[in-house]
Amino acid sequence: MAALTLSASRDLPFIEGVRRQVDYWAVLWARTWRGVVVSSFLSPFLYVLAMGVLLGGFVDADPDVMEGATSYLAFVVPGLIAAHAMQTAVSETTYPVMGMIKWQRIYESMLATPLGPRHVVGAHLMSVALHLAATCGLYALVMAPFGIYESWWGPFLAFGSQVLCGMTFATLVYAFSTRLRSEEGFGVLFRLGVFPLFLFSGAFFPVSNLGDVGGSVARLTPLWHGVNLSRMFALDNVTWWLAGVNVVVLVALMLLGWRLAVSGLTKRMLS
Amino acid sequence: MSDTLSESAGQRDDAPATAVDAMIVARGLRKSFRQSSGASFEAVRGIDLEVRKGESFGFLGPNGAGKSSTMRMIAAVSPVTEGELRILGMDPAVDGPAIRGRLGVCPQEDNLDQELNVFDNLYIYGRYFGLPKQVVRDRVGELLEFAKLTEKAKSRVEELSGGMKRRLTIARSLVNRPDLLLLDEPTTGLDPQARHLLWDQLFRLKQAGVTLVLTTHYMDEAEQLCDRLVVMDKGVIVAEGAPLELIRAHSTREVAELRFGVGEHGDHAEALADLGERVEVLPDRLLVYTDDGEEVLAKTHERGLQPLATLVRRSSLEDVFLRLTGRTLVD
Repeated sequence: MAALTLSASRDLPFIEGVRRQVDYWAVLWARTWRGVVVSSFLSPFLYVLAMGVLLGGFVDADPDVMEGATSYLAFVVPGLIAAHAMQTAVSETTYPVMGMIKWQRIYESMLATPLGPRHVVGAHLMSVALHLAATCGLYALVMAPFGIYESWWGPFLAFGSQVLCGMTFATLVYAFSTRLRSEEGFGVLFRLGVFPLFLFSGAFFPVSNLGDVGGSVARLTPLWHGVNLSRMFALDNVTWWLAGVNVVVLVALMLLGWRLAVSGLTKRMLS
Repeated sequence: MSDTLSESAGQRDDAPATAVDAMIVARGLRKSFRQSSGASFEAVRGIDLEVRKGESFGFLGPNGAGKSSTMRMIAAVSPVTEGELRILGMDPAVDGPAIRGRLGVCPQEDNLDQELNVFDNLYIYGRYFGLPKQVVRDRVGELLEFAKLTEKAKSRVEELSGGMKRRLTIARSLVNRPDLLLLDEPTTGLDPQARHLLWDQLFRLKQAGVTLVLTTHYMDEAEQLCDRLVVMDKGVIVAEGAPLELIRAHSTREVAELRFGVGEHGDHAEALADLGERVEVLPDRLLVYTDDGEEVLAKTHERGLQPLATLVRRSSLEDVFLRLTGRTLVD
């Protein structure tokens, strides 16, 4: 008996647990990737067209006011991609997570196998990361010919910032979803969380326009850190200490969200 | 399929040398939940049990008896609050993944992936156990045959009937060739034909030596499938034994059921009390426990009582439950 106990694996290695779910997520991706590509492309394209090109045509501000951008389009696009990453992450970690917990109860079936909550959360979030990479990458490719990027390396670091920003929201919102009993809470999250962040975290205008207090509050939001980082890299106008702060804040929040997501799913499913 | 079933009985090459005859051992097992009000609710209140290899073991009891909470602890997905639990010789608190790797679990409500087809549901589940792709593909073919779903392999789950979904869930629980198969209310919500088909399949697994543990609130299901069972009520075990033993120990050979007009059953119970060992009054009928049901009916008529309907039947586990708890199984 002792031999049996000792030889048994106490917990599956993280990578192994995630690897075992690759087929599942691959099947889901094979069925949904066309829709993902279309929606990933269409929504930001319309935003850029409306805000960047059509509305931006009326904006004739000094580059100093627009954080170094030579046009409103160049100013708004890096912020819009970061904000879009947030929206994508939120949409992937609200209803889908609740569905897997209580409607389709996929997680229940997964957790009846050797997989544990951290493997399940990990694989789901990796799928979100892939979605974010596809969305932000596609967005950047489409925008490349518009002369927005000021250096060859800027787009790559901006891309990393956008995915990081999305993943920060993904882990935090995942954690929120595991603690929610009914989907009504998502309405509150969208109305009081996502929508104000989208409008007032610096994607469309410099947060300094919000005044001292408003600007300071905006700088506390995770989306501002993502928008700022993305824009600094895209416009090759990097203040490195600030970039460091942005990265540290986003990574810290992402790790906090990860811990809360795993503990939330554990409490919810393995009580 | 025969290979799949025989190997399910724990005769795999990688099975530990220390053969674990007791598949499940529980001593003083308790489970409490904290409710939203902050109060604690004790669903399982100190149970002892032992399930042996190759046995078909049942938890019988009404809703809320603690069966599902016990099953979740056995499935290593719900921590034990107090007491000792060993599954396949291992402690679920320490070796949960290793235990779950050797269990098959068929939950009370189907949790199949509605968006995937039948084949993918089995294939993907097999991959969660770390089985190589080709091995899973081969097993899926066998399991589809076992579940009589080969022709539905490419159908979406949402197109299947309730009985088919249940068979698929059971097939899925066999994909890792489990040593122990846990079935929570396996036939609840199915029509009689689907239930009988499922019973047949579970019986085949039992014949092949798979250790089955099931919960049910259907006494006919327990009688059909279980070698031994415990009757649970309010979180405790109130009786344990083989179905026939329990019936012999706690009930008479026959039961005469008498249906009178609404509200008359209580009045007639006293008049008939001396005709059997005991009389139970239910809202819709009187049950007279006796060794000769026909004689009870004859004497009832002799006393000038005219039941609207009568039935003489053998005692069942329902009667055992009624005797032990004073309540019927299905409220």
